[in-house]
Amino acid sequence: MDGAVPLFRMEGISKRYGGVRALEKADLSVTAGSIHAILGENGAGKSTLIKVMAGVVAPDEGRMMLEGSEVTFASPAAANQAGIVCIFQELSLIPELSVADNIVISGPPKRFGMIDRKAQRRIAEEALARAGASDIHPLALVKDLPLSRRQMVEIAKALARKPRILILDEATSALTAADVAKIFGVLKRLREEGLALLYISHRMNEIAELADQCTVFRNGRNVASYAAGSKSDNEVVELMIGREYSHIFPPKPVRSHSGAVPVLEARNLSWSDRLDNISLSIGAGEVIGLGGLDGQGQRELLLAFFGVLRGLSGQILVDGRPVSIASPSAASDARIGMALIPEDRKTEGLMLPMTVRENLSFAALDRLSKAGVIDRAAEQRLIDDMVGLLAIKSAGLDIPVGALSGGNQQKVVIAKWLMRQPRIILLNDPTRGIDVGTKQELYQLMRKLADAGAAILFYSTDYDELIGCCDRVLVLYDGAVKRELVGAEITEHALIASALNIHGESAGRGAGKGGEA
Amino acid sequence: MKDWRYWLAEQRGTLLAFAIFIVMFAIYSANHPAGFTANVVQTAANKGVLLAFVAMAQTLVVITAGIDLSVGMIFTLTNCMASWLVVGTGLETAFGVIAVVGTGLLCGAVNGAIVIYGRLQPIVATIASGAVYFGLALLLRPVPGGSVNEDLADFLTGRFFGIVPASLVALFVVVLVIWVPFSRSELGRAAYAAGSSETAAYMSGVPIRRGKFLAYTLAGLLAAIGGLFLTFFTYTGEAAYASGNAYTLFSIAAVVLGGVSLFGGKGSAIGAIFGALAFRTIGDLLFVFDFDPLWQPLFQGVVLLIAVSLGAFALFRVRNRLEWFL
Repeated sequence: MDGAVPLFRMEGISKRYGGVRALEKADLSVTAGSIHAILGENGAGKSTLIKVMAGVVAPDEGRMMLEGSEVTFASPAAANQAGIVCIFQELSLIPELSVADNIVISGPPKRFGMIDRKAQRRIAEEALARAGASDIHPLALVKDLPLSRRQMVEIAKALARKPRILILDEATSALTAADVAKIFGVLKRLREEGLALLYISHRMNEIAELADQCTVFRNGRNVASYAAGSKSDNEVVELMIGREYSHIFPPKPVRSHSGAVPVLEARNLSWSDRLDNISLSIGAGEVIGLGGLDGQGQRELLLAFFGVLRGLSGQILVDGRPVSIASPSAASDARIGMALIPEDRKTEGLMLPMTVRENLSFAALDRLSKAGVIDRAAEQRLIDDMVGLLAIKSAGLDIPVGALSGGNQQKVVIAKWLMRQPRIILLNDPTRGIDVGTKQELYQLMRKLADAGAAILFYSTDYDELIGCCDRVLVLYDGAVKRELVGAEITEHALIASALNIHGESAGRGAGKGGEA
Repeated sequence: MKDWRYWLAEQRGTLLAFAIFIVMFAIYSANHPAGFTANVVQTAANKGVLLAFVAMAQTLVVITAGIDLSVGMIFTLTNCMASWLVVGTGLETAFGVIAVVGTGLLCGAVNGAIVIYGRLQPIVATIASGAVYFGLALLLRPVPGGSVNEDLADFLTGRFFGIVPASLVALFVVVLVIWVPFSRSELGRAAYAAGSSETAAYMSGVPIRRGKFLAYTLAGLLAAIGGLFLTFFTYTGEAAYASGNAYTLFSIAAVVLGGVSLFGGKGSAIGAIFGALAFRTIGDLLFVFDFDPLWQPLFQGVVLLIAVSLGAFALFRVRNRLEWFL
């Protein structure tokens, strides 16, 4: 690797946003025919680095060289022209347009000045096939696709541009294990074809499987570069967080299953064709995981509890009493005390242009008001508590929440609901796209809340999390609970096997490899 | 799903507008004293195409998630211009038409420039520019008057082969020459993309600015064609404030009726045309049922509400409440 001439180099790149240094004299060099992993906590400067490469932001200083000659990019389009294509963490698909429209969006094929729809369809089908996503219909509207399918479209779109340098920013965070395996196959083939790939992920096992070269960023600088496999996971994490790496998951308490009435119980919940006769119960202090492939009804189950679904059959009991929950506001009412940390924090969790303070108090305004007037002092006290509890890093409470990093935004979403002191907490894949440090804080918080008596239902696409955090895991398949794993039974092998709804010893191999190691 | 089902889903708004129009027009012509004759169709077409042109103009801007409150004023301004310029010999008339259409283009381009490069909100920018256009119209025609090349006017408002209304043919040609290429061009798609998600479009390297600029400019052009036809029907120019504003508001109603989303990124000018024709027919229904014309605005409003609610019926079937907000 060392002898090769770099395809792309960045030297001394700096970028400031107001008083915050996002990048400080960062260097990076990328070689053709290799996969280069970028590691670092959120806020370490990875996103900014990529944005500079992709022409989204202009650096304050420093230079970039493509094949030895200096380049500058005025816009994403200019970077694309030069062969640098980025798959952003924030999806860049246009919801009202079809899959095929999206795939060719930056340069549709034309005949007589108009878009050639037949050629477009062909290109789209090829690109989808190349990305291993032939199951997606090119005419489907993007807004009708689930998140994991959109991510595949995003990848197909990038491939259709015939990039020389492909940047994947958390591109697998929304994918199912089966899709991840396909994508890895695609990425390895692209490496063979001589592309340079930059791979940003928080999943260490993915990096271990894919990368040739790794660079760790911390506080806006590249702190170390090394050949993949030459450092242990612990060493890498220490480089990333700059401190001693301790156990990432808090210990699980040993509990005796007493006859206490469960806080939340479901009996024979069915809804449409997505939920099929689901029964479960969660006691005070328990953390119950929801596993399985993405889109097997986990999200719907959480929404069912939270009063979002209409026409639900079956029964929901809180503290042993049947309740009917007709809306999210009924669910978060003090008598039920439920909170849902949503999956898509940008649309369901936060109002991005509004301030941190406003976002925090939205869900709790009724509790903070007397006769319809908000008690400012009480609001401030509660907000201070939450900011302290969750260690939210923000330049102030009165800046738009959209200006915070992803991890801190997620903390705000969680804090917002904790302000109501919920007894039942539903979490929908809350750690997606969040750095190791923040994840660790969230795991500990979850356990702390459980110890304080909350009942927690936790859906995650990351099997490590389910293993590390949950007392029990329910694996869903096709809308039904296929298996319940308790305590030591929660292993990666068991999770993958039951996720794929196969119960053999050989189950975990082959099919599940891409996901977790 | 099969291809045709995706097509159907995409055209749902347009087809619904078409159906509403057919039903309204069937009721109308069945109750018309003269029945379904070439004359009745011609009169209805001539009234309908004016709003259809303005609604098409509105569609282009609404697709970019903007709104153009100046279309009615461009319509009025070009009407006043045409009453001065579209006169005389064949050649003079031709230059007059070009000047009028060019003025429409220019008005649209000014709107586009203010919104895109001036970064003003479309609603504010076009209220202001609309006032300017109306001011110019008043300068041109302080009192109603003027004339138009009557040969051309009669040709374009008459009938081809004794049956086909010429104005409908003109509308069809405009769709073919302006809307179809626009909707299938790269810039047209950029306009849709910008309307649906501007940041995603920007990240994807879509020429958002040019797409939006083209949409605003063509909107001016289409409103001017509407103004030209108004002159052909009335033989005069009039800077009528109320009528200009009514056209602006009706164009928004027609667009909604035609299944174009006011949030942008979705819909077709064809739908808006049927929306406009249906909206016009609502007014005509009163005439055949011998109602007092005073009832017209009220009746029009009620029917519009009902028609728009039809599109919202799907919400009753929604079982996941989050889909209400999509």
